[in-house]
Parts: sequence; C-alpha cells; structure tokens
Amino acid sequence: MTIPRFWREFEHRYRLIGTKCPSCGRVYFPPRDVCPYCHRESVGKMQKYELKNTGKIYSFTVVYQDIPDFKELKPYIMAIVEMDDGPKITGQIVDASPEEIKIGMPVKAVFRRIREESPSGIIEYGYKFVPI
Amino acid sequence: MQNSRVKLRWVSKMRDVVIIGAGQTKFGEHWEKSLRELAVEAGLRAIEDAGIYSKDIDAIYGGNMSAGSSTFQDNIGTLIADFTGLAINNIPAIRVENGSASGAAALHEGFIAVASGIYDTVLVGGVEKLTDVPMENITDVISGEIDREWEAFNGSTLAASAAMIARRYMYEYNAKREHIAYIPVISHRHGSLNPYAHYKNTIKIEDVLNSTIVADPLTMLDCAPISDGASAVILTTMENAKKLKNDGIVRIKASTLASDFISLHSRDNITSFRSTIEASRKAYKMAKLEPKDISFVELHDAYSIFGMIALEDLGFFRKGEAGKYLEEGYGNLDSKLPINPSGGLKAKGHPLGATGVGQVVESVFQLRKQADKRQVSDPRYALTHSMSGAGGSSIIHILEVV
Repeated sequence: MTIPRFWREFEHRYRLIGTKCPSCGRVYFPPRDVCPYCHRESVGKMQKYELKNTGKIYSFTVVYQDIPDFKELKPYIMAIVEMDDGPKITGQIVDASPEEIKIGMPVKAVFRRIREESPSGIIEYGYKFVPI
Repeated sequence: MQNSRVKLRWVSKMRDVVIIGAGQTKFGEHWEKSLRELAVEAGLRAIEDAGIYSKDIDAIYGGNMSAGSSTFQDNIGTLIADFTGLAINNIPAIRVENGSASGAAALHEGFIAVASGIYDTVLVGGVEKLTDVPMENITDVISGEIDREWEAFNGSTLAASAAMIARRYMYEYNAKREHIAYIPVISHRHGSLNPYAHYKNTIKIEDVLNSTIVADPLTMLDCAPISDGASAVILTTMENAKKLKNDGIVRIKASTLASDFISLHSRDNITSFRSTIEASRKAYKMAKLEPKDISFVELHDAYSIFGMIALEDLGFFRKGEAGKYLEEGYGNLDSKLPINPSGGLKAKGHPLGATGVGQVVESVFQLRKQADKRQVSDPRYALTHSMSGAGGSSIIHILEVV
C-alpha cells in the first residue's frame, strides 16, 4: 500500500472514527458519505463518530492460508465483531488461542501492527481485537 | 419470501434472445496455453457449434476478473477481438468485470444488447488464466473480490469470509458440519462424469471433513480449485435462430443481476445472500416460473457453504433446511433437484471469469440432451446461479429448450 492510500485512513484505522447519519442515527464503520437508508437526506451531512472500542464476536475463523502479508502469524484468528455502537467490523483476534474463542464473546479493539509495505517501507498499524 | 423490487415494464418490449452455439475448453491447468489461446479456443467452438461464420457476429462481450491484477494484461476485450481475428473488421468488444461472476455478467450484458435490438448476434465469452499467477499471490488476487481496505487489509480472505459465514450458519441453524460437506461430494460425483472437468475423482463426506484446513471450519475440499479455462456462447434473436436451426435452440427466459453490500460486516445477516434472493425472485417473475419448475440447477459452489445457502435463497428449501434435504439425496442426477450436473465450481473447476458462462454452456448441453453420462433426464428449464465475492452480487439465468 502506498503512503497516501494508508495515510488517508489514519483516523479510521487508529481511532475507529466512523460516520453517523443525522437523519436516521445509524452509525457506520468504515465511514460512508451516503447513508444507504436515507440517501439524499444524508448527503453532505454525515458526521464523524468515534466508536467505543467494545463489542462481541459475531463470527470467526482460523485462517491457515499462505498470504505473504500474514505469513508469520499463520494460523491467525479472523473475526467479525459487532460493536456496542452498532456497526460490525472485520479484524483479527489476538492474545488468545483459537480454542477459547466463541460467538458472543466480549472483545475490545486494540492498536496493533497489521502489516508492512516492504522491509524498507512503512509499517501499517490498525485495530485488532482482544478478549476482555 | 421478501417482496422483490422488480420492475419488468421493458420485458414485453424486448426481443426473444436465444443461444445457438456453446463451447468451452476443458477447465483445469493449461500450462501449454495462454489466456488468449484459451479464449480463442472456446470462442471458435461456440461459433462452430452455432453453424455461423465469425463475420456474422456483431459484438463480443468477454468476462474476466483478474487478468490485470494477476498478469498485468488489461484491455482484454480488444485482445480477444484481435486474436479471434475479428478486430480486422473493427468489431465492438468489451470486457466485463464482476468478480467471480464476470462471465455471467458478460452474458447479462450480451442479453441486454440483443434483447434491446442494438445487436443481433453476439459472442459472449469468459476466460481466466490463473496458473500464470505466482502461487503466493493467488489468495491475494482472489481477495480482490472482497473489500480490500476493510476486510483484506486486516487479514481476511474470500475463504475466511466463507468460513465465517459457515460458522454463523451452524450457530444460527444448529446445522451439522457434515451437512455443509454434501455439495462438494455431489459436485465431485457429477464432475467425474464430465470430460470438461478439472477433477474426476469422487469424494466422501469424511474426505471433506478430514482434508487440510483452509479457514476453520472449511477444508481444502470445501473450496473450488484454481483453474484455467474459457467458455463461450453465441446469442441471437429467435427469428435469426429459426433460419439456422430446427432444434436445439435454447431460449434465455431470464437474465437478472442484483448486488448487496460487498463486505460481510455491512450486512445485517450473513447466513443468506440478499443478492441471490433478489436476482432469483426477479428471474422467476421474468420467466413466469417457480422454483419447483426448475429441472436442474448449476450453483456457485466456490465454497461448499455458498452452494448450500444459495439453495435456500433460490427458493428450493426453507432457511436452515438445505442440509436435511441433501442428506436425503437431493442433488443427485436422478433426484427431484439435480445439482451441478457439470461438477460445479468444485469439481468442474473455477476459472473465475469463465465460470458463469461455463454453467450456461453445460445447461445448453443438458437441455439439448448432449450431456452423455451426466445427462439429467428430460430437462426443460435450467437455472444457473453465479456470484461475486461472498454474495456481493448474484446473477441468475433461466434457460429453456425450444
């Protein structure tokens, strides 16, 4: 990922900044410029919204595939987390072993290293989740 | 059944579109053939089958998902026009990209073009050359179908998406892991009878369960293989077709496409594909048919769970009940609902862009009763289901032999 492509998402990846539709009150992560339910009512009015970092596991898997970016982590736990603020987020579960993970388990988002561009490139950080 | 937002005002005004030719390469590893050679081979077979000359073709629609990201070759429409020998006549040629459903999307576009009267006869093809992609990149190329920034960036893959769907499905419906393994078993049984299939071996439920884990709970045998291949059909108007042939004309009764949120996390429910529900409801309405009228179905079983959920979303079984029916023997060639007589994506193979057109090629062979050992007895209506990503879009075709 080039620096601009990563840089422009800093606040979303680092601080879980999503958007909220002022018309219906739904919260979105990742951020959206248009609310899929309110359409024109929401255009130009979507507000930044910082999500609380807590949620529950909605579903998960343990990935055994060979992906260059995540080779050293294999196998790793991938999950969809339903945040207490509403939206669901896809992220890894860390500091836990696969056997203890269950649907419905409470987790919180933490700031972690995700991948690196290349041995001499930027290190890309973002959110992962840990059991509470 | 949700109320479909179907607008079909135009149906009464459009022309009848039929398939007069179908052909494909074998799906599998074609180390000896390039992308363009595969596409030309399939295209020529379809033209020959139709009994027309290449000068009779007004336009080319070609489905391809990954040539750019996998081999740095773009402008596929022009490339294929060139090497089929048609660029010399300046034929209009367009590449259509819609993830794994690229081929079916190309067919949808070709259908619209002929139905509307813009073109009379079009060549619709699909091609993918995945063995030219370095092995370490292949998962990443396929993950181009999901949200790169908010799913793949964090480590998710298409297989991981399928696995999370499977886990949630088992949780919500109390489904057994074994139930999810039926589709690959059926696909392999039928694929073993298909000379075009990538894999000819039959497998058992235990083989699926005990295979190498890809993304828990899914194993290697829950996942379609990485295949090369190409497929093509010739579309024209009913009027033209009747001048050429007396029998074996296959009418496209319905061609529909529907989308959904690309990422799983944006959907309220991941155990059902809204895109499949919407596209199929629209298709049944367009064809004036119901699920019970369908003679056989070609499913998008890129992952076993996708095929299983699709059976429910297409209206064949109620939610959570597909496993029970599969256990009872539904899906076999001699059952009430034969599934994937071709071998499906799992055994026939899954050359992304070629897959959707390949399902239709198989359906044409079946409806004309040219499917030899894998022939479904007396089929009347075929339904093909193609999907991009983890249900990001679905494309349905209903075909009828006339």
